[in-house]
Amino acid sequence: MIVAEQKPLNEIKAMLEGCNKVLAVGCGTCVAVCFAGGRQEVGLLSASLRMSTDIDGAAVDIDETIVQRQCEKEYNAPLEAELEQYDAILSLGCGVGVQSLAQQFPGKRILPALNTKFMGYPAEHGIWEDRCQGCGNCVLHLTGGVCPVSRCPKSLFNGPCGGSQGGICEVDQETECAWNVICENQLRLGLFDEMMEIHPAKDWSSARDGGHRRIVREDVRIPDEEKA
Amino acid sequence: MNAEEKTLDVANETFVPEVVAFCCRHCAYSAADLAGGGRISYSPSIKIVELPCTGRASALEILHALEKGADGVAVAGCLPGTCHYIRGNTQAKHRVTHVRKLLKTIGLEEERARMINISAAMGAQFVAEFTNFVETIKTLGPSPLSGETGITRTGSQP
Repeated sequence: MIVAEQKPLNEIKAMLEGCNKVLAVGCGTCVAVCFAGGRQEVGLLSASLRMSTDIDGAAVDIDETIVQRQCEKEYNAPLEAELEQYDAILSLGCGVGVQSLAQQFPGKRILPALNTKFMGYPAEHGIWEDRCQGCGNCVLHLTGGVCPVSRCPKSLFNGPCGGSQGGICEVDQETECAWNVICENQLRLGLFDEMMEIHPAKDWSSARDGGHRRIVREDVRIPDEEKA
Repeated sequence: MNAEEKTLDVANETFVPEVVAFCCRHCAYSAADLAGGGRISYSPSIKIVELPCTGRASALEILHALEKGADGVAVAGCLPGTCHYIRGNTQAKHRVTHVRKLLKTIGLEEERARMINISAAMGAQFVAEFTNFVETIKTLGPSPLSGETGITRTGSQP
């Protein structure tokens, strides 16, 4: 899932400067599951902002709502009828959700309440770990199901590096060396010989380095003449 | 009563805080009953909300009570290790800690939210714990939030 966390309250308050009435919009998908932008978090942030701005003597009226999937315009469409009364929308969606609202409602200021962090795995309740950077060319079949792009701070393809000590990464004592885990997994799977193969430098053009990415699937597109 | 009037009350030493107490029915709520049965009086500031377990008290409900004008909010659950639902009181403690952090960023004193652990047999301790909490809130003074909606500020228990 996409993992995000809330921006500091003061940062959000600064964004709201000049606004009298704001609609906080959560998202019921990824950011709800990682407790950053679901119904509870929309309530907590909205209440915090109402209280804090009231204490500051410049109360901002904040209404709350949530859409099931903020990154898809069909789910956001019902918001349109209510938007006129608001100076801005405070989105508790991921970066995709924020941009989706901005594209859909071009006359309205859309403010991001969250920092989108990564595509992550809930290691345990309350802990999420980076698992995918969306590099566009998956190699997990070669690396024992462990992603060297997201889990190795150096994104090495022929690791481990010299900083790996006792299975721990030199960058962070709480991080397993991804390449140590890869070696252990390949050993367990009887595939360790594959580790002798040297991977050439990765072609990063499939990742963000290749510019703005877009996927077109003609088989699922709706022909122009059939669009409403 | 708005915040300004309450401040005047403080000056006149008549400030009666509004304290919401989310009480677990298995412990703190029963302890309040026991105190009542034993005719031990406690502050009229305390407005008890009975819960099946303090694990039911969400961070949002605690914050909403303060937003609506409560001067303090206590969550009173079972003693550590004795929750009827195993870890409801532990979860409640985490939530109160979270709310206290939020209060600091909001601009309110974190002391306005407190977790209390108590058993059903501790009527006198219930009174002592809440007397202490009410005194803390009196020291802090009225919440700057006016509480225009929600809690009725009568200053005395009905």
